[in-house]
Amino acid sequence: MKFSDEFEQRFAEMVPHYPTKRSALVPTLLYAQDEVGFLSDDVIAEIAARLDLTELEVRNVISYYSMLTTKPRGKFNVQVCTNISCMVRGGEEILHHCATKLGIGHKHTTADGLFTLEEVECIGACSWAPAAQVNYDFHENLTPEKMDGILDNYKKKAMQ
Amino acid sequence: MADLVSHPDEVRVVSRRFGQGAASLERYLELDGYKAVQKALAMEPDAIINEVKNSALRGRGGAGFSTGMKWSFVPKQSAKPKYVLCNGDESEPGTCKDRLIFEHDPHAVIEGVIIAGLAVGATSGYIYIRGEYRYLSVIMQKAIRDAYAKGFLGKNIFGSGRDFEVYWHGGAGAYEVGEESALMESLEGKRGIPRIRPPFPAVVGLWGGPTVINNAETLASVPHIILGGADWYAKLGPPKNGGTRLFCLSGNLAKPGVYELPMGYSLKKMIYEVGGGIPDGRELKAVVPGGSSTPCLTSDEIDINMDFDSVAKAGSMLGSGGVVVVDDAQCIVKFALRTMKFYQHESCGWCIPCREGTDWLKKTLQRFHAGGGLKKDIDNMYYLSENMLGRTFCPLGDAAAMPTMGFIKKFRQEFEDHLDGRPCPYQKEGAIEQLPVMA
Repeated sequence: MKFSDEFEQRFAEMVPHYPTKRSALVPTLLYAQDEVGFLSDDVIAEIAARLDLTELEVRNVISYYSMLTTKPRGKFNVQVCTNISCMVRGGEEILHHCATKLGIGHKHTTADGLFTLEEVECIGACSWAPAAQVNYDFHENLTPEKMDGILDNYKKKAMQ
Repeated sequence: MADLVSHPDEVRVVSRRFGQGAASLERYLELDGYKAVQKALAMEPDAIINEVKNSALRGRGGAGFSTGMKWSFVPKQSAKPKYVLCNGDESEPGTCKDRLIFEHDPHAVIEGVIIAGLAVGATSGYIYIRGEYRYLSVIMQKAIRDAYAKGFLGKNIFGSGRDFEVYWHGGAGAYEVGEESALMESLEGKRGIPRIRPPFPAVVGLWGGPTVINNAETLASVPHIILGGADWYAKLGPPKNGGTRLFCLSGNLAKPGVYELPMGYSLKKMIYEVGGGIPDGRELKAVVPGGSSTPCLTSDEIDINMDFDSVAKAGSMLGSGGVVVVDDAQCIVKFALRTMKFYQHESCGWCIPCREGTDWLKKTLQRFHAGGGLKKDIDNMYYLSENMLGRTFCPLGDAAAMPTMGFIKKFRQEFEDHLDGRPCPYQKEGAIEQLPVMA
């Protein structure tokens, strides 16, 4: 299992921050997932070995956190918030719009592997609702038209 | 990233440096940065605690417990190391204030963590930031590195002979982890399941050591108290409710945004003046005063002051400062359903009343809103919620039950209307009830 130098540097730096090795687990999993795309069996085995945990212990933690996944996702994970502040300002319409435009439902991925759509809980953008996150980028004060432009931009980005 | 707003009634304490580039250490120092910690280094630990106690600063995460009091519970002597833990797992629906603090003033959080450490005798602190806030953890990691480079962190901070370490830590998506004992579990690399109390974290916390856990806004307020003095801070708000608060105005408002207003500011003014009122000629139906777990207030109940004690007297909670305004085009049953869907999704499953209760309530509300409601459902949902209260390890069960009881009590008519005008007489035109199920 080979990670980037950046990952290795961060990992090496992070582990001594804690009195127990396993404390570095959650952020390490997320960074590993960002590199590989999902938490594959190999990634799980590697991280378990590094932190002196069993694979089962690692899987047990993965299943708790909503951002962690053991299944591949599209290149761009479109996460639309429909929680209360977003809902009253049209968050559901944004989600429905994305579903129609991409032709996929919740947690599904487009055939070209570009987009995954996810209905998510509050992402902390309530005052700028409705909002969505594509991977880690926030997109706020959305309208269906604005969302079209955002998705088109990501598509263009993937073509380059 | 997120737009900043302003209003003449704002009193800028925590948001003083917002929009001024204070994420850069040089700029932060120009704006009185790291002066408070140097002042605190010359103070006795008890003097720091007393100053914070006298400032009437209360926890900004939701519970509103006296910060100075919390610090005083940490034992003076401890065989195990003591820790400070900053809770930046902001995930309460309606709340988006810590995000601005981390973005615009990360050093204030670091400074607050050091001062808390000096007060309780800890020599290291952790700043936990939710996983979705990746860009903020990048900002925070840089701020920490810069502070180390200047000698503000590490060995012999500010040449005082004292050592203090601050580390960054990240989550990966879990509302539950915002609860203090689950937060510690998560930091220890485990599932975020709550711990039974007592012992309280102040006595047995992170890795068994005494731990002070404060919200990011609470800790960012501390340097201002040390510099400006407890009296000044306390007098910004009504008695026992010191200072200001970052109120996150959201929902059906003309000018939503995060505004820093003095504690005890009128809710009515907050909605109609600061927030610009309800747009599109609509009327106010309800307001959730402190994040999704606080019982709603009706349009007749908004003549109150927004401080912990006044909102409690009105039968709700000031909570996390997330004010969600709901206009008369919204259906309360649907609003209750969306709230419950959230708690059902976030319940960690450890305590049965919460795990089963949230699931049953969600299913019942879903059926009810879709037109399959029965008259007895209304009382059943209330009864079920009532029986979740106080029966779980952590307050997530309460957080799901309290707003539900509020919706049923205050908007019973709207529930009953669903029985007569099936499926939903309040449904906004063109709104989508359920997503199409696609293969």
